[in-house]
Amino acid sequence: MKGMTIIVKNISSFVKVLIFLFGIYIILFGHLTPGGGFAGGVIIASSYVLLMLAYGREFAEENLSLSMTSKLDCLGALLFAAVGLFGLFYGAASFFWNFIHQKSWWGEPFNLLSAGTIPLSNIFIGIKVGASLFLVILILSSFRLETSASEKE
Amino acid sequence: MAIIFYTLLVFIIIAAFIAVETKKLLSAVICIGAIGFGASIMFLFLFAPDIAITQIVVEVLGLIILIRATISRDRTFIAGDREFFGMIVSLVIIFLIAVAGILVFPETLPDFGTPIFTETSNSASQTYVEEGMEKTGAANLVASVILDFRAYDTLGEATVLFTSIIGATIILRKKTKKLLEEPDL
Repeated sequence: MKGMTIIVKNISSFVKVLIFLFGIYIILFGHLTPGGGFAGGVIIASSYVLLMLAYGREFAEENLSLSMTSKLDCLGALLFAAVGLFGLFYGAASFFWNFIHQKSWWGEPFNLLSAGTIPLSNIFIGIKVGASLFLVILILSSFRLETSASEKE
Repeated sequence: MAIIFYTLLVFIIIAAFIAVETKKLLSAVICIGAIGFGASIMFLFLFAPDIAITQIVVEVLGLIILIRATISRDRTFIAGDREFFGMIVSLVIIFLIAVAGILVFPETLPDFGTPIFTETSNSASQTYVEEGMEKTGAANLVASVILDFRAYDTLGEATVLFTSIIGATIILRKKTKKLLEEPDL
């Protein structure tokens, strides 16, 4: 899998940055505008998949390796659970208690820095979803290469 | 407004029939993407841009990219003939379900696009809409519901995704390891 033609490579080298930035925007503004962690994570993963389809799997793995993707996946899941646990320990309310907003540490509504734990959860879910989707596509494509190679023998 | 919905419904049904009946795998996948696109436009007209974004990203982009990245190129045709008797049986079943729906639904269900929770007072969704802003401070009420009031559901969804990724990694681990040792396959 060496990648596609030079037209696809040139266009995707411009477009991949814009797709990645759009995913980050969707995640960071998830508590103000439509979107959120899940949709933004899928957009970020699709930018890496575009890299993989245009330049080949080895080039994409140099940017974001398989072990690094797996670690990011676990890190996002752990941090999202940690947000819920912090709500349990601060103020003795309940799991996923919005402790930052209830104690009014920062932020007015309609600002970027508002809504307490919701932007934090969005960021962690975005990391988790993007990493896991790219991981499963990497694994499935390597599985396809393996089966097609064993059929040729 | 209703004309738009019926046009989109006819479009979605035609795309679903083509996706089932066509022989090429790639055109079937593109038709499923068209179904997702029509559904996301419906969500957009129902003032639900969050679900529209998620629908178009997951169903259209995710499905087509996943199929393109995983299915090998030489198996693009679906083998085997379709049975005439099976198609007749499925058409009869679909007709019966449609007749039952036409008989039952106009009395029990509210109109298309109207939320069912507004009929009862003191329901949970009314509390979310009225007090969500001051309780969570988020301008987007959907984010305040899925990440504050109903964050348990989001945690469960994240757990489902995490477990499925672990399963895929473990099942395909040997071949992936072997591939990593000899990268120029």
